[in-house]
Amino acid sequence: MSLEAEKTGGAPVSAGLPERKKVSRVVSAKTSVPQRVVEIWRSRELLGHLISSSIKVKYKNSALGLVWSMVNPAMTLLIYWFVFGVVLHNAIPNFVIYLFSGLLFFNFFQTGVQMATGTIVDNAGLVKKVAFPREILCLAAVGTSAVFLFFQAIVMVLFLAVLQYAPDWGLLWMLIPVFLGTALFSSALGIALGAINVYLRDMKHLIDVVLTAWFWGTPIVYSFASTIYPHLVRHGLTWVYMLNPMNPIVLTTQRVIYAHPIVHLTSAGAPIMQLLPNWGWSTYLWMDLGVIGASVVLVWIALAIFGRLEGNFAETL
Amino acid sequence: MNSGVAVSVEDVSKRFRLYHDRGTSLKERLVKRGKTRYEDLWALQNVSFEVGEGETVGIIGHNGSGKSTLLKSICGVLQPSDGQIVVNGTIAGLLELGAGFQHELSGRDNIYLNGSMLGLTKKEIDDIFDEIVAFAELEKFIDNQVKFYSSGMYVRLGFAVAVNVNPDVLVIDEVLAVGDERFQRKCLNRIREFQDQGKTIIFVSHAAAQVRAICNRAVVLDQGKVITISNPGEAIRVFRDSLLAVEDRVKPKPAEGNAAAEHTADQGSQRSVRIEQVRLNGSIPGVQPNVKTGDAMKIEVDYHATDAVEGVAFTFELFLGDGSDEPVLMMRSSSDAQGMVFDLDQGHNTANITLPTWPITDGSFFLNVGIAARNEGMMFDWKEKAVSFETVYEGRSEGLLSLPYDISLREQ
Repeated sequence: MSLEAEKTGGAPVSAGLPERKKVSRVVSAKTSVPQRVVEIWRSRELLGHLISSSIKVKYKNSALGLVWSMVNPAMTLLIYWFVFGVVLHNAIPNFVIYLFSGLLFFNFFQTGVQMATGTIVDNAGLVKKVAFPREILCLAAVGTSAVFLFFQAIVMVLFLAVLQYAPDWGLLWMLIPVFLGTALFSSALGIALGAINVYLRDMKHLIDVVLTAWFWGTPIVYSFASTIYPHLVRHGLTWVYMLNPMNPIVLTTQRVIYAHPIVHLTSAGAPIMQLLPNWGWSTYLWMDLGVIGASVVLVWIALAIFGRLEGNFAETL
Repeated sequence: MNSGVAVSVEDVSKRFRLYHDRGTSLKERLVKRGKTRYEDLWALQNVSFEVGEGETVGIIGHNGSGKSTLLKSICGVLQPSDGQIVVNGTIAGLLELGAGFQHELSGRDNIYLNGSMLGLTKKEIDDIFDEIVAFAELEKFIDNQVKFYSSGMYVRLGFAVAVNVNPDVLVIDEVLAVGDERFQRKCLNRIREFQDQGKTIIFVSHAAAQVRAICNRAVVLDQGKVITISNPGEAIRVFRDSLLAVEDRVKPKPAEGNAAAEHTADQGSQRSVRIEQVRLNGSIPGVQPNVKTGDAMKIEVDYHATDAVEGVAFTFELFLGDGSDEPVLMMRSSSDAQGMVFDLDQGHNTANITLPTWPITDGSFFLNVGIAARNEGMMFDWKEKAVSFETVYEGRSEGLLSLPYDISLREQ
C-alpha cells in the first residue's frame, strides 16, 4: 500500500470567516456517558431549534394555532370537572383547581414520554442521514412537552384568577424542583424508550397503556391523604407508593397550588376532610430532591442504554 | 495549518447483521426467540488511512464496496463495530442534500434548523444567512414552505447550507450530480474555493474524471477493504482493474482444462477479452514514441479473446499531461457511439484505431484504451496510460493547433 504524499492543492489561503474553536470528535463503537453528555451540551442550540420547529409544525396550517395548546387542556379539565364534580358529586371545593394542579405536571410527563418514545422512529430520515447526538430528539420531545406545560400554566393562572383562588405564595418556588424532577424523569424514560422502540415497535403502544394506568396510580382525580395514605401508613408501606416519582411531584404541586391540606366538604353537614398529607414543606422538598437525585441516576442509565442500542439505529430503521 | 491530520480512520470495521425475516413486534420476537437466523456482512474490514489538513481525498469503489458505509461512519451517522475515527474540526456531510429539512417549515426556518444540526450557533447562521440564500438563488422563495419547493430548489438549498457553514472538513457523496449544469459548475467552483482555503475534502464518486479533476489522493475500496491509496491516476487504474475482477467474480467459472486456464489467476483469467499490448505508430514497449504534428496516428491494440465475442466496442481517452499537473481530458470516445461495433473471433488479433491527422503542436499526452461490451455494462479490459507520447512539431505556424489548409484564388 503506497502512501506517498502528493501535492496538496496549492498554497492554503486563510479562511474568510474567523477560525472557530477546534473540536475533535471520535466516532467509535463505544462512547462513554460523560462523552455523550458533552456532545448533548454542544448541541443545545439544535435542541432549541428542534423544539421550536416541532411546535411550529404542529400548529402550521391550523387557524387557531397555538391557542389549541391552551384550549385542549381547558376542555379536558372541564370534562373531568363535569364528570367528577357534577355527575359523580365530588364534594371537594374548587375541585377544578385540585384537578388542574395534579394534571399540570402529569401531562408534562405523559406527553413528553409518549412523544419521546416514538421520536427516533418518526425521524428515521434524519437519524439515517445526519449526524448529531440522537438523544437530542428525545430531549426535544420532552422540551416540546415543556412548552405545552407553559401554555397550560397560563390557562391555570386564568382559572385561578377567574375563581379568585390564591395558591400558597410562599411555597411557589417549590415548583422549580418539581419541574426539574419531572423534566429529568421524563427525559430518562423518554431516552430509554425511544431507543428501545427502534427495535420493539410495540413499545409505543405499550407505553400508552402503561401511562393510562400510571395516571390512575397517581393521586390526581382522587385524594391521596383521604384514600390510600391511612392504609399505607398502617402497613408501613408509604415508601412503596413513593417509588412512583410522579407522586411527590403531583402532591407537591397540589400542596403549592391547591394550598389547603384540610378542607370543609361542600356536602351536607360540612364534614372535614384531610385532602393532602399534613406534612411540612421540607418533607415535600426532600421528596422532590429525592426524585431529582433518582432521575439523574436514571438519566445516566438511560444514556448508557441508548448508547448501546444506538450503533444499529441507521441499519434497523 | 497544513501539517495536521484532519481525519484519521483507525482500523475501522463495520459489521451488518442481515436478519432473515426479523420481527419488530414483541409477539414476533417472543415467538421466534432464539430462532432468528442472520448472516454477518462485513461492509468494512480493518480500514485505515489518514487525511491531512487541506487535502482532497477521493474514495472510489464499485457499488457495495463500502464507500457509503465509510462515509457515513466518518460523518458519525453510523458507528463502526470496531476501531475508531477521529475527526479534528467541524465536519459537514453532504450525504443527502436537504436530509434534515422539515417540509412544513419555511426555507428560512430550515436554514436555521439545518445549520444548527451542522453545529452552528444562531449568531453564526445569522452571519451567513444571506450568503446561503444567494448561493441557493432562492431569495424570492425563502419564506415559502419547503414542501412547495421543486426538487432542484430543495437540493440547492441543502448544498448552499452545507458549503456555507464553512466546516473544516467537507464530506461529499456523489451529490454533484444534482442541479443543472450551471449549478453543478457553481458547486465545483465552491469546492475549489474550499481547497484554496486549505480545507479538507473527502469526496466519493463513481466518476473517475471528477476524482481525477479534484482530488490529490484517492482511496480505492473493494469488498470493504482498502486496496490502494495513491495518486488519482494510479488509483483509477487499480479501481478499473478491481471492476474487472468483480466481473470475473460474478461470471461463472469455465470448466477446468479450458483455454482460459492458461492465464494466471492474478491476470483475471476468466476475462474473455484482454488487452495485451498497445502500440502507437509501431512503437516498441518501453520506448516513449513521438508523434509528428500532421502525421497520421495509428493505435494498435493487441488483444486476446478466449471466446468469440459479439458486440464489442473499443474505447479510448486522450489526456494532455505528463504527470506534473492535473491531466486534461482532450477526447473520450467509444466506437459504438460512432456506430462501430465488432464481433471478435477467438484468439489473438490486433485492432487498429486510426486518426488521419494529429493536429496538436506541443505537449505530452497519454492514452487510456479499453475494450467494452457494446452496452457499456461490462468493461472487458482497460489499460490506464497504455501509451504516453510527446509531440514533435516541425512546421512554421504558431499556436496550439496546426490544421492542414489550402489557399486558392478565385478564378476570374
